[in-house]
Amino acid sequence: MLQKQRSRLTARGKAHAPAFAALGDETRLALVAKLSSGQPRSISQLTKGSKLTRQAITKHLRVLENVGIVHSAHAGRESLFEFDPTPIDEMIEYLDFVSEQWDHALARLKSFIED
Amino acid sequence: MNDRIEKRIELKAPISRVWRAVTDYREFGEWFRVKLNGPFVPGQVSRGWITYPGYEHVKWEAVVQKMEPERLFSFTWPHPSSFEKAEYAQADHSKDPATLVEFRFEKTAGGTLLVLTESGFDNIPGDFRLEAFRRNEGGWAEQMKNIERYVAKAA
Repeated sequence: MLQKQRSRLTARGKAHAPAFAALGDETRLALVAKLSSGQPRSISQLTKGSKLTRQAITKHLRVLENVGIVHSAHAGRESLFEFDPTPIDEMIEYLDFVSEQWDHALARLKSFIED
Repeated sequence: MNDRIEKRIELKAPISRVWRAVTDYREFGEWFRVKLNGPFVPGQVSRGWITYPGYEHVKWEAVVQKMEPERLFSFTWPHPSSFEKAEYAQADHSKDPATLVEFRFEKTAGGTLLVLTESGFDNIPGDFRLEAFRRNEGGWAEQMKNIERYVAKAA
């Protein structure tokens, strides 16, 4: 089990900017939530219902694009943005790995103290 | 995105015993599986080597933050991009991003509640994390729920 995790952890990741930091923003999280249905959406569609301007939304989308959480494609005169779960999966995998190491360490602490 | 880990564990021992097991460097080393060079001192770097089988090439280097007796013990520690022996040996660890680990101690009827948190994962750049894995739908649905909960809370 540990061996398997270690090989996972050591798997070479492709370089991309901090996805955690990109999601540490309410507007961007809301955009991700909207796009997570899998349906690609235009900037107009994503701006609708928001207090922010089209330009502001575009800026946030570019941040998400830079870390690979969204991809854009041109459809006629419009850009369509689409969600890519890969970087978030990677983050969650990593957190799960660290989390599991703590479970093991705390279980060892418990037997160290109580046995 | 929830970028912190929290664990709560009930220990059948008085708080003074748990405090010692966590903050005495020899006792910490026993259960954490690390050979430390000396005691934990706030503001100072704690050095040693991991003794966990398969990780013996990994050094321990944490900066002790706070030691408030029987209340709080915290340190920051680095997350290397790889634990694989050859890659680990080659890497420049002075730039490894760090997270904050906190142990909080609370007295309970049956002994001690220990609350561990690790936070600051947003400091860790993408190239320090893992390659894409085979996704399972259940896992992803769960992750989306987490994001929704986060969004709902933030709104």
